[in-house]
Amino acid sequence: MSGRCAAGGPLVTSSLRQVVIVGASAGGLATGEALRRGGFDGTITLVGDEPHLPYDRPPLSKELLAGEWDLDRLPLRPSADIEALSLDLRLGATATGVDLGRRVVVLDSGEEIGFDALVAATGVRARRLPGGQGHVLRTLEDAVALRDRLRPGTRLAVVGAGFLGAEVAAVARRLGCEVTMIEPAPVPLAHAVGTEIGAMLTRAHIDHGVDLRTGTGVSAVHDGGLTLADGTEVEADEVLVAIGSVPNAGWLAAGGLPVDDGLVCDRYCEAAPGVYGVGDVARWHNDLFGTSMRIEHRTHAAEQGLAVARAILDPDRRRPFAPVPYFWSDQYDMRIQAYGYLRGHDEVRIVDGNLDERRFVAAYRTGDRLVGVLGIGTTPRTLREWRKKVADAATWEQALTDVVEEGVSSGTR
Amino acid sequence: MTYRIEFDEPKCVAAGQCVMVAPDVFDQRDEDGVAIVLDETPSEDLLDEVEEAAAVCPAAALRVVRS
Ligand SMILES: Cc1cc2nc3c(=O)[nH]c(=O)nc-3n(C[C@H](O)[C@H](O)[C@H](O)COP(=O)(O)OP(=O)(O)OC[C@H]3O[C@@H](n4cnc5c(N)ncnc54)[C@H](O)[C@@H]3O)c2cc1C
Ligand code: SF4
Repeated sequence: MSGRCAAGGPLVTSSLRQVVIVGASAGGLATGEALRRGGFDGTITLVGDEPHLPYDRPPLSKELLAGEWDLDRLPLRPSADIEALSLDLRLGATATGVDLGRRVVVLDSGEEIGFDALVAATGVRARRLPGGQGHVLRTLEDAVALRDRLRPGTRLAVVGAGFLGAEVAAVARRLGCEVTMIEPAPVPLAHAVGTEIGAMLTRAHIDHGVDLRTGTGVSAVHDGGLTLADGTEVEADEVLVAIGSVPNAGWLAAGGLPVDDGLVCDRYCEAAPGVYGVGDVARWHNDLFGTSMRIEHRTHAAEQGLAVARAILDPDRRRPFAPVPYFWSDQYDMRIQAYGYLRGHDEVRIVDGNLDERRFVAAYRTGDRLVGVLGIGTTPRTLREWRKKVADAATWEQALTDVVEEGVSSGTR
Repeated sequence: MTYRIEFDEPKCVAAGQCVMVAPDVFDQRDEDGVAIVLDETPSEDLLDEVEEAAAVCPAAALRVVRS
């Protein structure tokens, strides 16, 4: 993770004077900060359609929803730090298109902003049910609206038992709400973390009094609740729809850029000459896993922002962006942490601790490779050691042999 | 120019990114993974690493203050 171009003196070419970053959140801000740290003193225009200074989203479904944090804990940086970046900041402005020929971004006001390099960091928006009813949870306003409705005894229906739905269910139970969670898959999160661990996380909901309905979808949301696909009625005062997300890439497609479930980028996160993707909106080729991926994790947005800033400042020495993705999720008293790319895995094995105690490390195999690890209640050191094996592209056999050896040596210590 | 690290501990989500980027400056508590700042005023040659740690911290819990 070293090799900052700033260390060897900024190599900012004089042809690079104007960088436009669209999306003023984790990814966009990280890119802007890294450009300045790397010595770029030209114009950085940061365009964001939300009226707020960049703020953090993970607390929206955790501390903010639980009423533990006020809004003043959310900004990503104090306003003085943002000012120090000398940005041309355009909040409340939406990019509607790009003209690659004239190298301009078009705003909803009709204004055009020229760029030498363009960074797309527009993230994703919540997917809605047909008809659009119910709360979603993506923005500060969404979170406040939901928080203000959750009172002891409120009947909340959560549609979708992914990480977001699960976090909200956990907070709502803590606040004394009655929670029904509806999930079309037989085992929630099985596609993401495997059946065994999905089932374990599901048990936690049931243990905490969530009324979980799996294997059925929702056919309609109406006043007073919802109708499930199997005809059952679920009464609810509030409904949260947490059924995934859609990349905000319409403005990029309008400009003729390649869009296919996100902005399609190469291994350097570049989609067209001088046009880069960062964060949730970007699909790029991760050489470490030999596949194209789009990652919706908080850490990833910042890391990709750093990588893209380096590539912009020093294109001749740019390196493929090949990180080990990381995410965490807080549910009840569990903090789930995962490194790697678990999606599409062939096998999961518990390599440390055990599931019933909810203290363990699980390793994920795809083909003959260790592709990821997920831990709950384990020490940071243990997880970091496993992460390193993923980063080193260890084979499954190698990774598991190491464990046995470590087990033996620690037994004799 | 010197600098100082400000750590907003209640924000820390125990991700450990700081430890991976700047192992000489950060560690994590064994029991809950919350970061420990080993040196609040590290030497100048660690500034790059420390700034990168602050940049990738997913909780925006780290801040580099120059003085
Ligand atoms: C409730 C919630 C909880 C989460 N919890 C976790 C967690 O526990 N762990 C984890 O790893 N990750 C979590 N995440 C994911 C994490 O927040 C995202 O990965 C991260 O915010 C991505 O940053 P980004 O900058 O790529 O996109 P975003 O944060 O989505 O920012 C994109 C910005 O661009 C703006 N925009 C969109 N279109 C336009 C346009 N055309 N013109 C101008 N501006 C535009 C958007 O309004 C937004 O402000 C959570 C997300 C949410 C919503
Ligand atoms: S990177 Fe940030 S959140 Fe993670 S351990 Fe360090 S300070 Fe805590």
